[in-house]
Amino acid sequence: MTDLPESIQRREFDGRQRLATRGEPVYGEPTDGEWRLWDAGRSKLGAMVETGMDVDLTAVDSVLYLGAASGTTVSHVADFAGPTYAVEFAPRPTRDLLDVAAERPNLFPLLKDARKPETYAHVVESDLDLLVQDVATRGQASVAVDNARFLADDGQLCLAVKARSEDVTVDPETVFEDVREAVAAAYEIVDTRRLEPFHDDHLAVVARKR
Amino acid sequence: MTDHTTDRGWFTGLASGSVDGAREAIESGSAAEPADWPRRAVDAGFASDEDNYYELLHEATVAATRAAVVDRERADDKQLLHAVRAMDDATRTANELAERLGEWAGTLFDDAGTGVDAARQLVDHEPESPLEARVISLAERVDDLAGEAEELRTFIERQAPEVAPNLSEMAGPVLAARLIALAGGLEALAKKPSGTVQVLGAEDALFAHLAGRGSSPKHGIIYTHEYVSGTRPEDRGSAARAFAGKLSIAARVDHYSGERRPEIHADLEDRMSTIQARADDDATGGDQ
Repeated sequence: MTDLPESIQRREFDGRQRLATRGEPVYGEPTDGEWRLWDAGRSKLGAMVETGMDVDLTAVDSVLYLGAASGTTVSHVADFAGPTYAVEFAPRPTRDLLDVAAERPNLFPLLKDARKPETYAHVVESDLDLLVQDVATRGQASVAVDNARFLADDGQLCLAVKARSEDVTVDPETVFEDVREAVAAAYEIVDTRRLEPFHDDHLAVVARKR
Repeated sequence: MTDHTTDRGWFTGLASGSVDGAREAIESGSAAEPADWPRRAVDAGFASDEDNYYELLHEATVAATRAAVVDRERADDKQLLHAVRAMDDATRTANELAERLGEWAGTLFDDAGTGVDAARQLVDHEPESPLEARVISLAERVDDLAGEAEELRTFIERQAPEVAPNLSEMAGPVLAARLIALAGGLEALAKKPSGTVQVLGAEDALFAHLAGRGSSPKHGIIYTHEYVSGTRPEDRGSAARAFAGKLSIAARVDHYSGERRPEIHADLEDRMSTIQARADDDATGGDQ
């Protein structure tokens, strides 16, 4: 079961208990007072929490988010965490990410390639509590391993692996097996789960830095 | 801490409390390992305390990233558009001049041929009169222009996959650049319906058709791709329609997300094998 801080709550939206964080709305999501819906169907991290994966978000302060895209998920992370570094490689979604960051003083956007951590290690601080990764590139496991340097000793990894980014011709289970093995080089895997029905052909991995 | 490079945060060298110059530091700086930058910035006197550091970091990263995004977007698709037009102009001009040169050189040299290759051979001649010097000099211009066109093609082949990875993988970098140029940019291409993408470059035929003359064109510039030209004539309309459909999706993914999407390429291959198999089916059907 996911351990949640007070800044993430399950609240009622459309008659169902759903995740919510407190902050400025960014993409027209439903709100309940200051709380805004965190839609698991639009967020892999949201789906990991919604399905109750074994991740502890209660003591998360500092975060590195790789593959921030337009900032949908990272906006929720910045709502419940402290300093949040958001790395995105493509210029177009980064334009939207900047709008999200402008409203959030603890969110630091960076137009960088997650496969090259040395190009942002002079900005992103060390000893972070959480690394969230959702990048659609080949070699997703080695990105996670290379970025372990930013985590504190018992820092957590929440990794969303997209099977089709590795190899469309290979069975997703085979891809996921290879990823689990490669991630284990730097992390101790705590929990893994497929993200259906929220996201097809995605594996979620929760791990702690060795 | 023996490695000096690991000791330099983005704020090193900036004036206390100021983010002037931070863009350059954030964009081109690097470090082998992260460090406790907030504490170091306070120790170094850059920030007064941790909160002040994060305020400065926020201001610096938002400004630097905004500037980098503008640059990258401006740099990319519009530059490709100019490059592909320049390549076509250089090629066309080289060919026209080579034709003129062939005519002229034929009156002076026995071995003079026509075309760019012939011009390149002429360059090696030693001029024996002021007249020959002019002709050989013209041959050098043709050689240079043709060389420039080749350099531009190499540049496009490297640049197009950066700007539009999916479109370039699907169409090949040069055709991808031509489609972007014909549409007027990647965003403009992404917003066009696939029926328009299918006939981009066949505007003359399209307008003739709309004016009641001639049939509607089945394909524009995408004809240069083997998926269309390599399909037998009676199936080319289907091939062009299927290809244009996936090219539109590729352009949209490239513009709106920038991610590589292997599945759209696999889908197109499937669809193309189905269309091309019709010819095989007809052939085997005829044998039986």
